[in-house]
Amino acid sequence: MSLQLDFPAVLERWPSFLGGAALTLELAAFATVLGALFGTLAAVGRGSRSPLIAGACKVYVETIRNTPLLVQIFLVYFGLASLGLKFSAFTVAVAALTINVGAYTAEIMRAGFEAIPRGQIEAAEGLALSRLQIYWHIILLPAIEKVYPALTSQFVLLMLASSVCSQISAEELTAVANYIQSDTYRAFETYIIVAVLYVILSLVMRAGFWGLGLVLFPRRRRLGTPL
Amino acid sequence: MQQNLSSSDPIVSLRDVQKSFGPLRVLDGVSFAVERGEVLALIGRSGSGKSTALRCIDRFEKVDGGEIVVCGHRVDRPDVDLRALRQDVGIVFQSYNLFPHLTIEQNITLAPCAVKGMATSRARDLARKVLAQVGLEEKLHAYPEQLSGGQQQRAAIARSLAMQPKVMLFDEVTSALDPELTAEVLKVIEQLAADGMTMVMVTHEMGFAKGIADRIVFMHRGKVHETGPASILTSPTTPELTQFVGTGNLKS
Repeated sequence: MSLQLDFPAVLERWPSFLGGAALTLELAAFATVLGALFGTLAAVGRGSRSPLIAGACKVYVETIRNTPLLVQIFLVYFGLASLGLKFSAFTVAVAALTINVGAYTAEIMRAGFEAIPRGQIEAAEGLALSRLQIYWHIILLPAIEKVYPALTSQFVLLMLASSVCSQISAEELTAVANYIQSDTYRAFETYIIVAVLYVILSLVMRAGFWGLGLVLFPRRRRLGTPL
Repeated sequence: MQQNLSSSDPIVSLRDVQKSFGPLRVLDGVSFAVERGEVLALIGRSGSGKSTALRCIDRFEKVDGGEIVVCGHRVDRPDVDLRALRQDVGIVFQSYNLFPHLTIEQNITLAPCAVKGMATSRARDLARKVLAQVGLEEKLHAYPEQLSGGQQQRAAIARSLAMQPKVMLFDEVTSALDPELTAEVLKVIEQLAADGMTMVMVTHEMGFAKGIADRIVFMHRGKVHETGPASILTSPTTPELTQFVGTGNLKS
Protein backbone atom coordinates (compact mmCIF):
# COMPACT_ATOMS: atom_id res chain seq x y z
CA MET A 1 0.00 0.00 0.00
CA SER A 2 1.60 3.18 -1.05
CA LEU A 3 0.23 6.67 -1.19
CA GLN A 4 1.49 8.75 -4.06
CA LEU A 5 0.35 12.31 -4.17
CA ASP A 6 0.91 14.40 -7.26
CA PHE A 7 -0.09 17.93 -6.40
CA PRO A 8 1.65 19.72 -9.29
CA ALA A 9 -0.60 17.91 -11.78
CA VAL A 10 -3.65 19.34 -10.02
CA LEU A 11 -2.24 22.69 -8.95
CA GLU A 12 -1.57 23.72 -12.52
CA ARG A 13 -5.34 24.15 -12.67
CA TRP A 14 -5.10 26.91 -10.03
CA PRO A 15 -7.02 29.51 -12.08
CA SER A 16 -10.03 27.16 -12.12
CA PHE A 17 -9.76 26.57 -8.37
CA LEU A 18 -9.59 30.30 -7.66
CA GLY A 19 -12.47 30.96 -10.02
CA GLY A 20 -14.53 28.31 -8.23
CA ALA A 21 -13.67 29.76 -4.83
CA ALA A 22 -14.68 33.24 -6.01
CA LEU A 23 -17.99 31.88 -7.28
CA THR A 24 -18.66 30.10 -3.99
CA LEU A 25 -17.97 33.33 -2.13
CA GLU A 26 -20.26 35.23 -4.50
CA LEU A 27 -23.00 32.64 -4.06
CA ALA A 28 -22.65 32.81 -0.28
CA ALA A 29 -22.63 36.63 -0.31
CA PHE A 30 -25.85 36.88 -2.32
CA ALA A 31 -27.60 34.23 -0.23
CA THR A 32 -26.37 35.77 3.04
CA VAL A 33 -27.60 39.27 2.25
CA LEU A 34 -30.93 38.13 0.78
CA GLY A 35 -31.40 35.41 3.40
CA ALA A 36 -30.70 37.87 6.24
CA LEU A 37 -33.35 40.26 4.91
CA PHE A 38 -35.83 37.52 4.15
CA GLY A 39 -35.28 35.72 7.45
CA THR A 40 -35.58 38.93 9.48
CA LEU A 41 -38.91 39.69 7.79
CA ALA A 42 -40.05 36.13 8.55
CA ALA A 43 -39.03 36.58 12.19
CA VAL A 44 -41.04 39.81 12.38
CA GLY A 45 -43.90 38.00 10.64
CA ARG A 46 -43.91 35.23 13.22
CA GLY A 47 -44.65 37.84 15.86
CA SER A 48 -47.46 39.34 13.79
CA ARG A 49 -50.87 39.85 15.34
CA SER A 50 -52.42 38.39 12.18
CA PRO A 51 -52.68 34.62 12.64
CA LEU A 52 -52.46 34.18 8.87
CA ILE A 53 -49.08 35.91 8.56
CA ALA A 54 -47.72 34.34 11.77
CA GLY A 55 -48.92 30.90 10.62
CA ALA A 56 -47.46 31.24 7.11
CA CYS A 57 -44.06 32.24 8.55
CA LYS A 58 -44.13 29.32 10.96
CA VAL A 59 -44.96 26.81 8.20
CA TYR A 60 -42.12 28.22 6.09
CA VAL A 61 -39.56 28.01 8.88
CA GLU A 62 -40.55 24.53 10.00
CA THR A 63 -40.74 23.10 6.46
CA ILE A 64 -37.27 24.32 5.57
CA ARG A 65 -35.68 23.31 8.84
CA ASN A 66 -37.03 19.78 8.50
CA THR A 67 -36.06 18.98 4.90
CA PRO A 68 -32.60 18.43 3.38
CA LEU A 69 -30.95 21.29 1.54
CA LEU A 70 -30.32 19.14 -1.53
CA VAL A 71 -34.02 18.30 -1.81
CA GLN A 72 -34.87 22.01 -1.49
CA ILE A 73 -32.42 22.81 -4.27
CA PHE A 74 -33.97 20.17 -6.52
CA LEU A 75 -37.46 21.43 -5.70
CA VAL A 76 -36.54 24.98 -6.74
CA TYR A 77 -34.57 23.77 -9.78
CA PHE A 78 -37.19 21.38 -11.17
CA GLY A 79 -40.11 23.45 -9.86
CA LEU A 80 -39.05 26.50 -11.86
CA ALA A 81 -38.27 24.33 -14.87
CA SER A 82 -41.69 22.66 -14.86
CA LEU A 83 -43.27 26.12 -14.69
CA GLY A 84 -41.42 26.82 -17.91
CA LEU A 85 -39.14 29.38 -16.25
CA LYS A 86 -35.53 29.32 -17.33
CA PHE A 87 -32.88 30.59 -14.95
CA SER A 88 -29.17 29.94 -14.76
CA ALA A 89 -28.06 27.27 -12.29
CA PHE A 90 -26.34 30.05 -10.32
CA THR A 91 -29.59 32.02 -9.93
CA VAL A 92 -31.44 28.89 -8.87
CA ALA A 93 -28.69 28.17 -6.35
CA VAL A 94 -28.93 31.68 -4.91
CA ALA A 95 -32.72 31.36 -4.63
CA ALA A 96 -32.59 27.95 -2.95
CA LEU A 97 -29.84 28.97 -0.52
CA THR A 98 -31.70 32.18 0.31
CA ILE A 99 -34.86 30.25 1.12
CA ASN A 100 -32.84 27.81 3.20
CA VAL A 101 -30.78 30.26 5.25
CA GLY A 102 -33.79 32.57 5.59
CA ALA A 103 -35.54 29.97 7.72
CA TYR A 104 -32.57 29.53 10.05
CA THR A 105 -32.08 33.29 10.21
CA ALA A 106 -35.76 33.66 11.15
CA GLU A 107 -35.35 31.33 14.12
CA ILE A 108 -32.16 33.00 15.31
CA MET A 109 -33.61 36.52 14.89
CA ARG A 110 -36.78 35.49 16.72
CA ALA A 111 -34.62 34.53 19.69
CA GLY A 112 -32.96 37.94 19.41
CA PHE A 113 -36.29 39.79 19.31
CA GLU A 114 -37.53 37.85 22.32
CA ALA A 115 -34.41 38.79 24.26
CA ILE A 116 -35.30 42.50 24.07
CA PRO A 117 -36.73 43.49 27.46
CA ARG A 118 -40.38 44.55 27.43
CA GLY A 119 -39.36 47.79 29.15
CA GLN A 120 -37.35 48.90 26.11
CA ILE A 121 -40.42 48.69 23.94
CA GLU A 122 -42.60 50.43 26.54
CA ALA A 123 -40.09 53.25 26.84
CA ALA A 124 -40.11 53.65 23.05
CA GLU A 125 -43.92 53.56 22.96
CA GLY A 126 -43.99 56.14 25.73
CA LEU A 127 -41.89 58.41 23.50
CA ALA A 128 -44.57 58.12 20.77
CA LEU A 129 -42.42 56.14 18.35
CA SER A 130 -44.40 54.13 15.81
CA ARG A 131 -44.26 50.33 15.60
CA LEU A 132 -41.98 50.49 12.58
CA GLN A 133 -39.70 53.07 14.23
CA ILE A 134 -39.48 50.88 17.33
CA TYR A 135 -38.41 47.87 15.26
CA TRP A 136 -35.92 49.94 13.32
CA HIS A 137 -34.37 52.07 16.06
CA ILE A 138 -34.85 50.08 19.26
CA ILE A 139 -35.23 46.37 18.53
CA LEU A 140 -33.29 45.48 15.39
CA LEU A 141 -29.66 46.27 16.25
CA PRO A 142 -29.74 45.07 19.88
CA ALA A 143 -31.47 41.88 18.68
CA ILE A 144 -28.80 41.28 16.02
CA GLU A 145 -26.12 42.06 18.60
CA LYS A 146 -27.49 39.43 20.98
CA VAL A 147 -27.46 36.67 18.35
CA TYR A 148 -24.55 37.86 16.21
CA PRO A 149 -22.25 34.83 16.82
CA ALA A 150 -25.06 32.35 16.07
CA LEU A 151 -26.14 34.32 13.03
CA THR A 152 -22.70 34.61 11.47
CA SER A 153 -21.95 30.92 12.12
CA GLN A 154 -25.11 30.11 10.22
CA PHE A 155 -23.92 32.14 7.23
CA VAL A 156 -20.53 30.39 7.24
CA LEU A 157 -22.35 27.05 7.38
CA LEU A 158 -24.41 28.17 4.42
CA MET A 159 -21.25 28.87 2.45
CA LEU A 160 -19.96 25.37 3.22
CA ALA A 161 -23.34 23.80 2.44
CA SER A 162 -23.41 25.57 -0.92
CA SER A 163 -21.12 22.78 -2.17
CA VAL A 164 -24.23 20.66 -2.80
CA CYS A 165 -25.20 23.18 -5.49
CA SER A 166 -22.70 21.26 -7.65
CA GLN A 167 -25.56 18.76 -8.02
CA ILE A 168 -27.42 21.17 -10.28
CA SER A 169 -24.15 22.10 -12.00
CA ALA A 170 -24.06 25.55 -10.50
CA GLU A 171 -20.57 26.88 -11.04
CA GLU A 172 -18.91 26.89 -7.63
CA LEU A 173 -15.86 25.42 -5.94
CA THR A 174 -17.04 21.82 -5.56
CA ALA A 175 -18.42 21.69 -9.10
CA VAL A 176 -15.10 22.99 -10.41
CA ALA A 177 -13.32 20.33 -8.37
CA ASN A 178 -15.51 17.64 -9.86
CA TYR A 179 -14.41 18.65 -13.38
CA ILE A 180 -10.78 18.81 -12.42
CA GLN A 181 -10.64 15.43 -10.73
CA SER A 182 -12.42 13.72 -13.62
CA ASP A 183 -9.92 15.37 -15.97
CA THR A 184 -6.76 14.62 -14.01
CA TYR A 185 -7.77 11.40 -12.23
CA ARG A 186 -6.27 12.99 -9.13
CA ALA A 187 -9.34 13.03 -6.91
CA PHE A 188 -7.66 12.94 -3.49
CA GLU A 189 -5.28 15.79 -4.27
CA THR A 190 -8.12 17.80 -5.78
CA TYR A 191 -10.35 17.53 -2.73
CA ILE A 192 -7.48 18.24 -0.33
CA ILE A 193 -6.96 21.52 -2.18
CA VAL A 194 -10.71 22.16 -2.15
CA ALA A 195 -10.87 21.53 1.60
CA VAL A 196 -8.05 24.01 2.19
CA LEU A 197 -9.82 26.57 0.01
CA TYR A 198 -13.05 26.12 2.01
CA VAL A 199 -11.13 26.70 5.24
CA ILE A 200 -9.71 29.91 3.77
CA LEU A 201 -13.18 31.03 2.62
CA SER A 202 -14.55 30.40 6.12
CA LEU A 203 -11.77 32.48 7.63
CA VAL A 204 -12.41 35.26 5.12
CA MET A 205 -16.11 35.30 6.01
CA ARG A 206 -15.44 35.26 9.77
CA ALA A 207 -13.01 38.16 9.36
CA GLY A 208 -15.63 40.00 7.33
CA PHE A 209 -18.27 39.49 10.00
CA TRP A 210 -15.85 40.63 12.68
CA GLY A 211 -15.29 43.84 10.75
CA LEU A 212 -19.00 44.30 10.16
CA GLY A 213 -19.57 43.85 13.90
CA LEU A 214 -17.25 46.79 14.59
CA VAL A 215 -19.32 48.98 12.29
CA LEU A 216 -22.72 47.76 13.51
CA PHE A 217 -22.03 47.90 17.24
CA PRO A 218 -20.03 51.07 17.96
CA ARG A 219 -20.74 50.72 21.69
CA ARG A 220 -18.75 47.47 21.79
CA ARG A 221 -15.91 49.21 20.02
CA ARG A 222 -16.01 52.14 22.43
CA LEU A 223 -16.29 50.12 25.59
CA GLY A 224 -14.08 47.27 24.40
CA THR A 225 -16.63 44.54 25.14
CA PRO A 226 -16.05 41.59 22.81
CA LEU A 227 -18.96 40.03 20.99
CA MET B 1 -59.68 63.12 19.05
CA GLN B 2 -58.34 66.13 20.85
CA GLN B 3 -61.18 68.17 22.24
CA ASN B 4 -60.95 71.87 22.75
CA LEU B 5 -59.08 72.25 25.94
CA SER B 6 -59.71 75.25 28.11
CA SER B 7 -57.03 76.17 30.57
CA SER B 8 -59.31 75.37 33.48
CA ASP B 9 -59.85 71.75 32.46
CA PRO B 10 -57.78 69.21 34.37
CA ILE B 11 -54.75 67.81 32.52
CA VAL B 12 -55.60 64.31 33.69
CA SER B 13 -58.93 63.04 34.91
CA LEU B 14 -60.04 59.55 35.80
CA ARG B 15 -63.69 58.81 36.49
CA ASP B 16 -64.90 55.51 37.88
CA VAL B 17 -62.09 53.57 36.19
CA GLN B 18 -62.38 49.78 36.30
CA LYS B 19 -59.62 47.33 35.47
CA SER B 20 -59.25 43.62 36.08
CA PHE B 21 -56.42 41.20 35.38
CA GLY B 22 -58.38 37.97 34.96
CA PRO B 23 -60.46 37.50 38.12
CA LEU B 24 -58.38 40.05 40.01
CA ARG B 25 -60.01 43.46 40.23
CA VAL B 26 -57.08 45.87 40.30
CA LEU B 27 -58.94 49.15 39.87
CA ASP B 28 -62.41 49.31 41.30
CA GLY B 29 -63.94 52.65 40.47
CA VAL B 30 -60.94 54.95 40.68
CA SER B 31 -61.51 58.68 40.23
CA PHE B 32 -59.11 61.58 40.58
CA ALA B 33 -58.05 64.63 38.61
CA VAL B 34 -54.79 66.51 38.19
CA GLU B 35 -54.87 70.22 37.50
CA ARG B 36 -52.33 72.09 35.41
CA GLY B 37 -49.10 72.57 37.37
CA GLU B 38 -50.21 70.23 40.10
CA VAL B 39 -48.08 67.46 41.60
CA LEU B 40 -50.08 64.44 42.61
CA ALA B 41 -48.59 61.53 44.52
CA LEU B 42 -50.18 58.10 44.30
CA ILE B 43 -49.34 56.10 47.38
CA GLY B 44 -50.41 52.79 48.82
CA ARG B 45 -49.27 49.27 49.51
CA SER B 46 -47.85 47.06 46.80
CA GLY B 47 -50.78 45.61 44.91
CA SER B 48 -53.12 48.48 45.80
CA GLY B 49 -53.43 49.42 42.11
CA LYS B 50 -51.43 52.66 42.10
CA SER B 51 -49.00 51.64 39.37
CA THR B 52 -51.82 50.26 37.25
CA ALA B 53 -53.72 53.52 37.64
CA LEU B 54 -50.65 55.45 36.49
CA ARG B 55 -50.08 53.17 33.52
CA CYS B 56 -53.71 53.56 32.46
CA ILE B 57 -53.10 57.30 32.03
CA ASP B 58 -50.59 56.60 29.23
CA ARG B 59 -52.63 53.62 28.06
CA PHE B 60 -50.05 51.02 28.86
CA GLU B 61 -53.08 49.28 30.33
CA LYS B 62 -56.48 49.31 28.67
CA VAL B 63 -59.30 49.98 31.10
CA ASP B 64 -62.45 47.86 31.31
CA GLY B 65 -64.74 50.75 32.19
CA GLY B 66 -64.90 54.38 33.24
CA GLU B 67 -63.53 57.50 31.61
CA ILE B 68 -59.97 58.78 31.34
CA VAL B 69 -59.25 62.15 29.75
CA VAL B 70 -55.62 63.24 29.37
CA CYS B 71 -54.83 66.59 27.72
CA GLY B 72 -58.11 66.30 25.84
CA HIS B 73 -57.52 62.71 24.65
CA ARG B 74 -60.20 60.18 25.56
CA VAL B 75 -57.77 57.48 26.65
CA ASP B 76 -60.51 54.97 27.51
CA ARG B 77 -61.77 54.88 23.93
CA PRO B 78 -60.40 52.25 21.55
CA ASP B 79 -59.81 54.81 18.79
CA VAL B 80 -57.57 57.09 20.87
CA ASP B 81 -54.59 58.39 18.88
CA LEU B 82 -51.83 56.78 20.96
CA ARG B 83 -48.98 58.66 19.34
CA ALA B 84 -50.67 62.02 19.88
CA LEU B 85 -51.42 61.08 23.49
CA ARG B 86 -47.84 60.03 24.14
CA GLN B 87 -46.45 63.24 22.74
CA ASP B 88 -48.38 65.03 25.48
CA VAL B 89 -47.45 62.59 28.23
CA GLY B 90 -43.95 61.74 29.41
CA ILE B 91 -43.37 58.60 31.44
CA VAL B 92 -40.36 57.50 33.49
CA PHE B 93 -40.05 53.93 34.71
CA GLN B 94 -38.50 52.24 37.72
CA SER B 95 -35.99 50.40 35.50
CA TYR B 96 -34.88 53.54 33.54
CA ASN B 97 -35.18 51.71 30.20
CA LEU B 98 -32.55 53.77 28.41
CA PHE B 99 -31.68 52.28 25.02
CA PRO B 100 -28.36 50.52 25.68
CA HIS B 101 -27.01 50.68 22.13
CA LEU B 102 -27.39 54.46 21.87
CA THR B 103 -25.39 57.20 23.56
CA ILE B 104 -27.21 59.44 26.03
CA GLU B 105 -27.40 62.12 23.33
CA GLN B 106 -28.89 59.63 20.83
CA ASN B 107 -31.31 58.38 23.48
CA ILE B 108 -32.57 61.93 23.88
CA THR B 109 -32.60 63.07 20.24
CA LEU B 110 -34.24 59.92 18.82
CA ALA B 111 -37.86 60.76 19.58
CA PRO B 112 -37.76 64.50 18.78
CA CYS B 113 -36.19 63.66 15.39
CA ALA B 114 -38.23 60.56 14.55
CA VAL B 115 -41.59 61.66 15.95
CA LYS B 116 -41.56 65.44 15.63
CA GLY B 117 -39.27 65.64 12.60
CA MET B 118 -36.89 67.98 14.42
CA ALA B 119 -33.61 68.75 12.63
CA THR B 120 -30.64 66.88 14.11
CA SER B 121 -28.72 70.03 15.02
CA ARG B 122 -31.71 71.46 16.89
CA ALA B 123 -32.30 68.13 18.63
CA ARG B 124 -28.67 68.11 19.77
CA ASP B 125 -29.03 71.58 21.26
CA LEU B 126 -32.17 70.37 22.98
CA ALA B 127 -30.31 67.33 24.34
CA ARG B 128 -27.71 69.63 25.89
CA LYS B 129 -30.42 71.76 27.41
CA VAL B 130 -32.39 68.93 29.03
CA LEU B 131 -29.20 67.22 30.21
CA ALA B 132 -28.19 70.48 31.88
CA GLN B 133 -31.57 70.48 33.59
CA VAL B 134 -30.77 67.15 35.21
CA GLY B 135 -27.08 67.99 35.76
CA LEU B 136 -25.59 65.52 33.30
CA GLU B 137 -24.16 67.65 30.46
CA GLU B 138 -20.82 65.87 30.70
CA LYS B 139 -22.47 62.51 29.94
CA LEU B 140 -23.72 63.54 26.50
CA HIS B 141 -21.58 61.01 24.64
CA ALA B 142 -21.53 58.25 27.25
CA TYR B 143 -23.42 55.00 26.86
CA PRO B 144 -26.06 54.10 29.48
CA GLU B 145 -23.99 51.27 30.96
CA GLN B 146 -21.25 53.78 31.82
CA LEU B 147 -23.65 55.65 34.13
CA SER B 148 -24.71 54.94 37.70
CA GLY B 149 -28.34 54.05 38.38
CA GLY B 150 -29.13 57.56 39.54
CA GLN B 151 -27.49 59.09 36.48
CA GLN B 152 -29.37 56.69 34.21
CA GLN B 153 -32.64 57.67 35.81
CA ARG B 154 -31.84 61.37 35.43
CA ALA B 155 -30.96 60.75 31.78
CA ALA B 156 -34.30 58.96 31.35
CA ILE B 157 -36.05 62.02 32.82
CA ALA B 158 -34.11 64.24 30.39
CA ARG B 159 -35.12 62.00 27.48
CA SER B 160 -38.74 62.38 28.49
CA LEU B 161 -38.40 66.15 28.92
CA ALA B 162 -37.01 66.53 25.40
CA MET B 163 -40.47 65.68 24.05
CA GLN B 164 -41.82 68.68 25.98
CA PRO B 165 -44.70 66.79 27.55
CA LYS B 166 -47.64 68.54 29.19
CA VAL B 167 -47.65 66.06 32.04
CA MET B 168 -45.01 63.68 33.39
CA LEU B 169 -45.70 60.32 34.97
CA PHE B 170 -43.19 58.77 37.37
CA ASP B 171 -43.60 55.09 38.16
CA GLU B 172 -41.59 54.34 41.34
CA VAL B 173 -38.57 55.95 39.74
CA THR B 174 -36.34 55.66 42.80
CA SER B 175 -37.26 52.14 43.91
CA ALA B 176 -34.15 50.59 42.37
CA LEU B 177 -31.77 53.16 43.86
CA ASP B 178 -29.86 53.47 47.12
CA PRO B 179 -30.66 56.48 49.37
CA GLU B 180 -27.86 58.65 47.98
CA LEU B 181 -28.82 58.09 44.33
CA THR B 182 -32.49 58.45 45.28
CA ALA B 183 -31.72 61.90 46.66
CA GLU B 184 -30.11 63.09 43.40
CA VAL B 185 -33.10 61.92 41.36
CA LEU B 186 -35.60 63.46 43.77
CA LYS B 187 -33.74 66.76 43.56
CA VAL B 188 -34.30 66.78 39.80
CA ILE B 189 -38.00 66.05 40.24
CA GLU B 190 -38.27 68.80 42.85
CA GLN B 191 -36.77 71.26 40.39
CA LEU B 192 -39.30 70.18 37.74
CA ALA B 193 -42.11 70.75 40.20
CA ALA B 194 -40.72 74.18 40.99
CA ASP B 195 -40.68 74.94 37.24
CA GLY B 196 -44.41 74.22 37.14
CA MET B 197 -44.46 70.79 35.48
CA THR B 198 -47.67 68.83 35.98
CA MET B 199 -46.74 65.50 37.49
CA VAL B 200 -48.29 62.27 38.69
CA MET B 201 -45.97 60.05 40.67
CA VAL B 202 -46.24 56.66 42.21
CA THR B 203 -43.82 56.68 45.09
CA HIS B 204 -42.84 54.90 48.26
CA GLU B 205 -40.83 57.91 49.43
CA MET B 206 -43.32 59.28 51.94
CA GLY B 207 -41.06 62.10 53.09
CA PHE B 208 -40.62 63.21 49.50
CA ALA B 209 -44.35 62.92 48.73
CA LYS B 210 -45.10 65.06 51.74
CA GLY B 211 -42.59 67.68 50.70
CA ILE B 212 -43.45 67.99 47.04
CA ALA B 213 -47.02 66.81 46.40
CA ASP B 214 -49.88 69.26 46.20
CA ARG B 215 -52.22 66.38 46.67
CA ILE B 216 -51.99 62.80 47.87
CA VAL B 217 -54.14 59.95 46.61
CA PHE B 218 -53.97 56.96 48.94
CA MET B 219 -55.06 53.79 47.18
CA HIS B 220 -56.25 50.70 48.97
CA ARG B 221 -57.59 47.53 47.33
CA GLY B 222 -58.18 49.17 43.97
CA LYS B 223 -60.03 52.18 45.33
CA VAL B 224 -59.08 55.73 46.22
CA HIS B 225 -59.30 55.32 49.95
CA GLU B 226 -58.31 58.75 51.12
CA THR B 227 -57.26 61.88 49.30
CA GLY B 228 -56.29 65.37 50.30
CA PRO B 229 -53.34 67.76 50.68
CA ALA B 230 -49.97 66.48 51.82
CA SER B 231 -51.03 67.11 55.40
CA ILE B 232 -53.14 63.93 55.36
CA LEU B 233 -49.90 62.02 55.67
CA THR B 234 -49.33 63.49 59.12
CA SER B 235 -52.98 63.50 60.16
CA PRO B 236 -54.71 60.65 58.32
CA THR B 237 -58.42 60.13 58.87
CA THR B 238 -58.83 56.49 57.84
CA PRO B 239 -57.35 53.64 59.87
CA GLU B 240 -55.76 52.16 56.70
CA LEU B 241 -53.77 55.30 55.90
CA THR B 242 -52.89 55.69 59.57
CA GLN B 243 -51.47 52.19 59.52
CA PHE B 244 -49.75 52.74 56.16
CA VAL B 245 -47.93 55.94 57.13
CA GLY B 246 -47.32 54.54 60.61
CA THR B 247 -45.13 51.86 59.10
CA GLY B 248 -42.93 54.38 57.31
CA ASN B 249 -40.76 57.01 58.95
CA LEU B 250 -42.33 60.39 58.48
CA LYS B 251 -40.65 62.08 61.39
CA SER B 252 -38.28 64.03 59.16
